[in-house]
Amino acid sequence: MLHIQCPHCGELRSEEEFHAAGQAHIPRPLDPDNCTDAEWGDYMFFRDNPRGIHHELWVHATGCRRYFNVTRNTETYEILETYKIGEQPQVNGKPVVVAKAIEGETV
Amino acid sequence: MSQVNRLTHGGRIDRRQPLTFTFNGQRYQGFAGDTLASALLANGVDVIGRSFKYSRPRGIVAAGAEEPNAIMQIGSTEATQIPNVRATQQPLYAGLVAASTNGWPSVNNDLMGILGKVGGKMMPPGFYYKTFMYPQNLWLTYEKYIRKAAGLGRVPTEIDPDSYDHMNQHCDVLVVGAGPAGLAAALAAARSGARVILADEQEEFGGSLLDTRELLDGQPAADWVAKAIAELDATPDVTLLSRATVNGYHDHNFLTIHQRLTDHLGEKAPMGQVRHRVHRVRAKRVVLASGAHERPLVYANNDLPGNLVAGAVSTYVRRYGVAPGQKLVLSTNNDYAYRVALDWLEAGREVVAIADARQNPRGAWVEEARAKGIRVLTGAAVTEARGSTRVSGARVAAIDIKGFRTTSPGEWLNCDLIATSGGYSPVVHLASHLGGRPLWREDIQAFVPGPAPQKRVCAGAVNGVFALGDVLADGFEAGATAAGEAGLKPVAGEVPRAEHRFEEPSLALFQVPHEKSTARAPKQFVDLQNDVTAAGIELACREGFESIEHVKRYTALGFGTDQGKLGNINGLAIAARVQNKAIPEVGTTMFRPNYTPVTFGAVAGRHCGHLMEPVRFTALHGWHVKQGALFEDVGQWKRPWYFPKAGEDLHAAVARECKAVREKVGILDASTLGKIDIQGPDAREFLNRVYTNAWTKLEVGKARYGLMCKEDGMVMDDGVTACLADNHFLMTTTTGGAARILEWLELYHQTEWPDLKVYFTSVTDHWATMTLSGPESRNLLAELTDIDLDKDAFPFMSWREGTVGGVPARVFRISFTGELSYEINVQADYAMGVWEQLIEAGKKYGLTPYGTETMHVLRAEKGFIIVGQDTDGSVTPQDLGMGWAVSMNKPFSFIGKRGMNRQDCLKADRKQLVGLKPVNPKAVLPEGAQLVFNTQQPIPMTMIGHVTSSYYSASMGFGFALAVVKGGLGKMGQKVYAALRDGTFVEAEIVSSVFYDPKGERQHV
Repeated sequence: MLHIQCPHCGELRSEEEFHAAGQAHIPRPLDPDNCTDAEWGDYMFFRDNPRGIHHELWVHATGCRRYFNVTRNTETYEILETYKIGEQPQVNGKPVVVAKAIEGETV
Repeated sequence: MSQVNRLTHGGRIDRRQPLTFTFNGQRYQGFAGDTLASALLANGVDVIGRSFKYSRPRGIVAAGAEEPNAIMQIGSTEATQIPNVRATQQPLYAGLVAASTNGWPSVNNDLMGILGKVGGKMMPPGFYYKTFMYPQNLWLTYEKYIRKAAGLGRVPTEIDPDSYDHMNQHCDVLVVGAGPAGLAAALAAARSGARVILADEQEEFGGSLLDTRELLDGQPAADWVAKAIAELDATPDVTLLSRATVNGYHDHNFLTIHQRLTDHLGEKAPMGQVRHRVHRVRAKRVVLASGAHERPLVYANNDLPGNLVAGAVSTYVRRYGVAPGQKLVLSTNNDYAYRVALDWLEAGREVVAIADARQNPRGAWVEEARAKGIRVLTGAAVTEARGSTRVSGARVAAIDIKGFRTTSPGEWLNCDLIATSGGYSPVVHLASHLGGRPLWREDIQAFVPGPAPQKRVCAGAVNGVFALGDVLADGFEAGATAAGEAGLKPVAGEVPRAEHRFEEPSLALFQVPHEKSTARAPKQFVDLQNDVTAAGIELACREGFESIEHVKRYTALGFGTDQGKLGNINGLAIAARVQNKAIPEVGTTMFRPNYTPVTFGAVAGRHCGHLMEPVRFTALHGWHVKQGALFEDVGQWKRPWYFPKAGEDLHAAVARECKAVREKVGILDASTLGKIDIQGPDAREFLNRVYTNAWTKLEVGKARYGLMCKEDGMVMDDGVTACLADNHFLMTTTTGGAARILEWLELYHQTEWPDLKVYFTSVTDHWATMTLSGPESRNLLAELTDIDLDKDAFPFMSWREGTVGGVPARVFRISFTGELSYEINVQADYAMGVWEQLIEAGKKYGLTPYGTETMHVLRAEKGFIIVGQDTDGSVTPQDLGMGWAVSMNKPFSFIGKRGMNRQDCLKADRKQLVGLKPVNPKAVLPEGAQLVFNTQQPIPMTMIGHVTSSYYSASMGFGFALAVVKGGLGKMGQKVYAALRDGTFVEAEIVSSVFYDPKGERQHV
């Protein structure tokens, strides 16, 4: 069971307080009516499924009810950072070296 | 009953406390401190069960969690039956009743045993599949008998009388295992001030220190254990969990511990006590000190009772005061196992010989054995055991390991006990639960935990550190490291002084060569619980199952409750030998939680019976109960289903309730509808974006029905939203959708449109809703309210504030039945008083309470949908014929607009909601029935839709249904046929989905 730092509550809390809400940083097209079916289909249905770093949207469902983003390593399930909606991730790209993550506390 | 194998002294049992118990119907006696296994051995019980596949007689082979054979059914009554308990882990209590789980009709006279002996060669891996494959439809018949012959324990058929619970725990350092490494780690962590949990699966803390002949600080090791436990016990913030197996290592240092709180007291927990508890621990750091399991050697007939893992013999002698036999032959590839022979001698028994696979062993233990006059045969091993239901002899032969052959015919030694040691396998299960693959270490011939992202430290034998002094030092260091990493300042601790002995390395030996080939030699068992032999693994490899995961699944190696604790490494080694690979190339199979079986009771904890799931009651629930209502579960809510009068069934009650609403007045408890209070200057704009219809012009005092879609254009929820003030709305949702819709609104507000000033609050529980529906509802309500109910002053689809029954109320004039209706909302704690006044005042109008079933019939007569029943996530508003509720001209592209304009959503032959009127007026179509246009077509027929709602209408006098039909809105008057399970069809006509009062006049009066 994951241990998740809610950036709004400022605490590590257990996964059962949260709901996962899919991939983060998928903005709704500003002008949906002028999207082609292909563009709309991309927005609606196509998501990344990376092995390694993944940015995810979560909601603190039984806590503050607020949404936030999580950077998670899908291989090790480590959570490398959590950050508020509108902010950009600090961790990107390839998975960080596992050994490094052992030492630091969850960001 | 005499305990023939009980030693006169020694052991940690209490000889002043005899306990009587029953095994397979026979009464025996043991002592307090015994396990069921030690007590059975003390009584000379050799055969404790029959093997899984070949029904061979089996005895106890180990002394702990790794025991594969002694799997018992415990319990004296049906309700307290516990299947598959390891006798080695079950403490003895007075009156314990145990039985073998295998063996039919009995363990000593087993029909299957004949098949196992005679037909053994005819039952290779895959035997059942290969043999009973044809004809396929008879497999179910075969299976019944195969299961009876094999099978493990059985579940009780009565309700468990005990209670179980879960406990959440947090700590700085969780220490897994309280052997020498774990105790040392716990001491080091505790001394540095860490919050420590120390968990151990055994009855007592101490692990191997409880039966070792080694001294610490010149004293028996158990004395040091007592001192260490006393110190830990006296340290604040240290929690000691005994009888507690750390069963799972989950993400982010979350571990589950299964603690058996009362299993040592009896089969049922004493009154008021919890039988098992699952500790859910979040640990900053984990010290894994899970120790090692001794590996037995694999040789012919190594499954006969009287073949034990070497260390178990020492455990029984020194910890339980039991000598399971008279004459011992020990077969080993390492020094440490020699202590077993020394312990056996001290117990006053005879050591016939030690066979050491090494050519010239000179370690300290070896020399001590030689000095005691024990015969040591080098370069040799036990290659075969003989006996019928107990070992009567061991054949010791010289072996050539590299050539995998025997080099002498060997010598048959008379003995009744064979103890073997093939080295030590670190218990890497927990370290590997999260996918970390263990690493092979050639120097100790064992897998140790590999690197992993978890915040853990491994200590002692699990790390491949075996000598006692080294283990203690490793433990202290691990505890200090863990405490330091958890943010505490480690304190240097004192390590007790262990004796140093010169030990030589062990020799790689797994399967012992036999003079015959593996296939022709007597059975050499690898996995005793699953009857997997060396020959079986050879065959699997020959048949092409090269991956160890495939070998496992083909042979069942490492299956069952055992999970390969004794057999896995031997199995790997055999697969490696056959495939001419190195062991690490073959690799290990995955390790998964749980380490040992957990009872269902412990898994469920308190989440059973009425606590299985939260139940929600409306403020009026007590009244419904008093009226004898039957209830329906809607989400977590209990809603009155119908209110039967004496002698009425569902149909009679619903017909009466429907008639009352249509002709007089009915009352419904509608409190469970989701209610979301929406406030803010941008509330109206927000509604425009999440609903399909327009909200810009909705005046204060008015209400409007709204449809909510997902981005794909499919209907997700519906409900009426009222404008309370220009920046204040009250949204209603479906009963089941309330929480989901609130999260949905928050999602869009927080992630897409944070610039909109709007706030959402769930008020479902704050308001109780009482719906008066029927022609008399206005007259009835008028008696209790100060609101002007005049049809022009308070028109349909509006709401008014006032008092009802003397308390503040919001009354909404909206209708889900098609009749004149008022939904009265009052604060939930006033609801009962208002309801009772309505009931009292309603007597003269024939007021009738009605439930959800009547509500469903009445709304369906009007063609009003229920989202989730008439829709299934693939239905657009247009499909429902509700294009009127979609405003394509709104400036903002509302959620669902783009989706419902995809090409596929615009096709003419989409499934569309229509009414169905069966040609036979008495017929009621089954909900879910598939529809076809033509019954003469070949099977599989072209299905063109299905029935979504179907009822009998008492007021209309015929059955009717709602259905989705391909292109149905353009097919009015056509016939369709509902296919029934029995192959017959019911004919029906496609009609409008609005059956009753199509012009909607009745709700407008």
